[in-house]
Parts: sequence; C-alpha cells; structure tokens
Amino acid sequence: MKLSGSNTSIKRSGRIDIWDIIIRIMLVILSLTCLLPFVHVAAKSLSSDAFVMANNIFLWPKGFTIDAYRQILSDQSIIQSLYISVLITVLFTALGMIITVCAAYPLSRKQLKGRTMITIMFTVTLYLSGGIIPDYLLINNLGMLDTLWALILPGAFSAFNLLIMKSAITSTIPVSLEESARIDGANHFQILWHIVLPLSKPILATLSLFYAVGRWNGYQDALFYIRYNTELRPLQLKLYYLVVQASESFQTELTFVQTTNPEVLRAAVVVFATLPIICVYPFIQKYFVRGVMIGSVKE
Amino acid sequence: MKLKEELRQKNESASLKKETSKKSWYFHIRRDWQLYVLLLIPVSFAFVFKYVPLTGILVAFKDYNIIKGFWASEWVGLDVFRDLFARPDFLKAVRNTLLLNVSDLVLSFTIPIFLALLINEINGNIFKRVNQTLIYLPHFLSWVIMGALAYQLLGYGSGMVNNLIEQLGGNRIPFLQSDIHWLFSYLAIGVWQGMGWGTIIYLAAMSGVNPELYEAATVDGANRWRKMWHVTIPCIRPTIVILVILSLGHVMGGSFERVYALQNMATTEFTTTIPVLVFRWGIENGDYSSATALGVFQAVIGLVLVVLADQIAKKAGEDGLL
Repeated sequence: MKLSGSNTSIKRSGRIDIWDIIIRIMLVILSLTCLLPFVHVAAKSLSSDAFVMANNIFLWPKGFTIDAYRQILSDQSIIQSLYISVLITVLFTALGMIITVCAAYPLSRKQLKGRTMITIMFTVTLYLSGGIIPDYLLINNLGMLDTLWALILPGAFSAFNLLIMKSAITSTIPVSLEESARIDGANHFQILWHIVLPLSKPILATLSLFYAVGRWNGYQDALFYIRYNTELRPLQLKLYYLVVQASESFQTELTFVQTTNPEVLRAAVVVFATLPIICVYPFIQKYFVRGVMIGSVKE
Repeated sequence: MKLKEELRQKNESASLKKETSKKSWYFHIRRDWQLYVLLLIPVSFAFVFKYVPLTGILVAFKDYNIIKGFWASEWVGLDVFRDLFARPDFLKAVRNTLLLNVSDLVLSFTIPIFLALLINEINGNIFKRVNQTLIYLPHFLSWVIMGALAYQLLGYGSGMVNNLIEQLGGNRIPFLQSDIHWLFSYLAIGVWQGMGWGTIIYLAAMSGVNPELYEAATVDGANRWRKMWHVTIPCIRPTIVILVILSLGHVMGGSFERVYALQNMATTEFTTTIPVLVFRWGIENGDYSSATALGVFQAVIGLVLVVLADQIAKKAGEDGLL
C-alpha cells in the first residue's frame, strides 16, 4: 500500500545504499517462502505418480497429467461439500450484513434514546463469551445440531464488525444530509436504503469479505456441530478428514483404470480448495487492509 | 489527540442527553420506532447467541446430565472445579497452552514489527505492493490448508523440504513427527501465516509519524538504523502496547483450529491445549460439566491477564486499553 510512501521520500536523500539492496533481497526471500509452497503443491498435483513416489517433484510438474483433478471432480462427496460451503458462505454473509446494518444505522443516530446502553450491550460480547461447551449446549437445545443453521446463525452476529460499521457511518455520512432528507419527508427506512447504504459501499464490501472469508475458512464449528450428518460437511472439514487426519479415503468412481496415488490426490484437493481464495485474493486484499485500519483506529 | 476526541464526544453526548432525557420513552419510541424495529434483529441475535450461553456457565457448578436437562441436574458447588484441578490432563494442558502461546506471543510480536520496519524502508511502489500481496497471502487460507501444506512440505518421507535436504546430502528431519521438532514447526508455521498480516497495523502507525521528526534526525546526523530506533519505534509504541494487552487475553486459550489442524498421531506431547481438551472432554466424551469448568478457568485467567496488563501499562505511562 502507499501507507508510508509520503515520508520515506523525505526520510532519505534519494541515493540507494547497500542496505536498500539487502532489505530488498530479504523481502524477496520472504515473499518466495509464501509463494513457493503453493507452487510445489500445484506441481505435485499435476505430476504423474511415478515422479511423485520417487520424491522427484519440486516446483515444476513432471509427467504432466490432470488425472488427479478428474478423479476429485468425480468424487460426489467433495462436490457436495463444495456446494455446502458455497451455500453457507452466501447465506451467512447475507445474514451477517443484515444484522450489521440493522444495528449500525440506528446506533449511529445521535437522537436515539438508549443508544449508549445498547452499544455497551453489544460491546460486552467482545470480551465475555460462554465458551465452547455452553455454545454447544445452546445449539443442542435449539435442535440445530447436524443442521446447516448451526453454521449460519450463531456466528452471524459480530460485535466487532458492527462497531466498525457504526463508526464508518458516523464518520462518512454528514448529519446535515440526513436532516435534509427528513425535511423532505423521508423516513428512516428510506434514508437507510437511499442515502446511507449507497454511500457506505466500500465498508459494506469490506465487512462482507470479513464475513465471507471467515465462514469459508472456518471448520471449528462444523467439527463441533456436524457430527453425524456427513452430507452437511463444508469443504474445509471434508478437507480436514481427507488430508490432515487422512481418516477418510477418496470415493472416486471405479471407472478409472489406474487409481492415482493418494499423495497426488491430496495435493490436488489442496489446490482445489485453495484456488477459489487465490483467484479472488488479489481483488479483495485492499478491502481487507482498509478494514484492519478502520478497526485499529477505533481501538 | 485520542483523549481530546473522547472528551469532545463525551461533551456532545452529555449535551444531547440533556435534550433527550426531558422527553419520555413514549415520545422517543413513537418518533424513532423504525430505528427500534431495525435494532430488534441484532439485539435478538446477541441475546440468543451471546447472552444465553453465558447462563450455560452454570453447568460448571452442576453435575450436568444432557438427558436430564439443565434444571433437573444437581447442583454440586465447586466439586467440578476441585476434580478438575486434580486431573493430570489439566496440568499438562495448562503447561502446553502457556508454552505454545507465550512463545507464539514473543515471535508473533517481534517478527511483524521487524518486517514492518523493513517494508517501511522501501519506496519502490510496485516492488513493495507485489511483496506485500505475497506476504499477506497465507493469512487468507484456512488452518486446514496450512495443515495440509505442512504435511506436503515438511513430511518425513515425502515432504519437499526433506527431499531437498536429502538431495543436498543431509539426513531427513522429523519436522512433524518428533515432539520438539513439532513445537518449532508449529511456531514457524504460525509466524509464516501471520507475519505479513501483522505488519498492516504497524505500517499504518508508521505512516502517521510526523516527517519532520525524520528531517530533524537527518539534520542531527542520524543514519537509517538510528532513525528506526529513535523515531519510528517510539512513535509506534502505543500501538505495540495495545496489541500486547489484547493478545494476553489469548495466552490461556489460543486457536483451537491451529493446534487441531497441525497435530498428528506421532506427536501428542504438546498438542493437548486447553481448547483441545475442552473439545475432547465435552463434545467427544460428553463430560459437559468438567469441560465447561475448564472453559471458565481459561476465560477468567484471560480476563485477569488483560486487566492486569492494562493496569501495568497505565502505571508505566501508556494509554492502555480500558
């Protein structure tokens, strides 16, 4: 980002010394450590068995083949878990944003009586929580174990996102704009819909991404709440059983004459699960950085 | 600056209160009923999913039986806690949790600051942006993927790093298979995953440093490192202090997902942390009372640590958190 661009030019007289080069080399090495593991796994997933078993794959595929991917895509349970992940991510993000906006807009209105009290009630949830077991017992009592609701409803309320949204509305939308809308006869719903939401698009994008990426990546609640109904496992949990614990085997169709080595299949499924994030990552990264900064300013 | 802002806000809200408190609740609800209707949604979610579980803490003081239900289960006072403190698993979990989180705290604090200082020294825009994009990347991937990558890279028999070591004539290293190696791999993976992301807040703080300070330092003949040490670091110190206080709250807990995704059958010495034990006792074995008690223990220690750290920071003249 251009965070520090302004003062570095002043800080230095413009000539490049040996340390500039050393620092650049260090950064390049660090960047490579972040990039190469993915390159390696991708190379492995595209290689043929013999080279993988001989431990001969580094950063470039040998004996190029996409068999592993064809087998993964024929595994119904993986496709099913992908569908579940997409479904819960969409619903969770939508619900999370509705809750956030419904809380942030009223709390940003200074004339609202009880505003401080409700803000405190929300803020308290940042510091106090029941913990794993009380949460689990609640889900159990609500009859939501082994249903998708357990993965959508409990996390949709986030006091952190809500407070970020509230301070964003307070700081970006002038009170005078709202007042003039009221004089023109607009009610709160109209003001929210026609003025506040269109003006807060950047923060809406940022928070939606917070919700979506958090939901997509999380597996703890699925591990706790989806115990028996294996059809409802989201992709990350499925991946956990397939790759990390290796307690489940790939259910590929037997039409393949030669079954690919599980090692290659694992590499392929890791790439399969990583690809959606890597594809959108370059576009969403700036929104995340912005979100972190707004959050930190609040503190 | 922060104080002034707070004071201003307090004054504003105080004057508003004077205006608003004259009118009755009836007046406000009639005027702003739409706002209250909107608030119903988040308030009910917060109530059901955040406040109701707080009452579930009482399970720690009962001999909870999931079939009998909450009300029919017997009260047992502090018996569950007494029993908890006597269990050998408990002491081991406390030791592991502290070991993993304290070393993680030390590393995950120093390394992002160091990295941010380096990035702050660079002024080529494209070079900087490409590097930052790559270094932030691991933060966006789930711990399951981290665990899978760790296995692919550090595995004993077929991991890429071990293959490289062997080709270069060394012996394979059991990165994930021996307890001590596992500990270091766990920490290294955590640093790798979080270091880039951790720099963002520091870079933001560094961009707020008054450029005149650097100019003055240059005039006084300070070199690059002196400027870092005497200008940049003192200026971002409040940020560092607040982040330390906040993360002290996690010293007794830590990420369940991280430990659970990186553990394996071969290394069990350090992988039983408090959240893992809560999961094992409560959800896997159905011993809800002990598991809840363990969770309460963790939360109380976490809260005490945060408050203590905040007090100490304030005594030392920092702004603090609360």
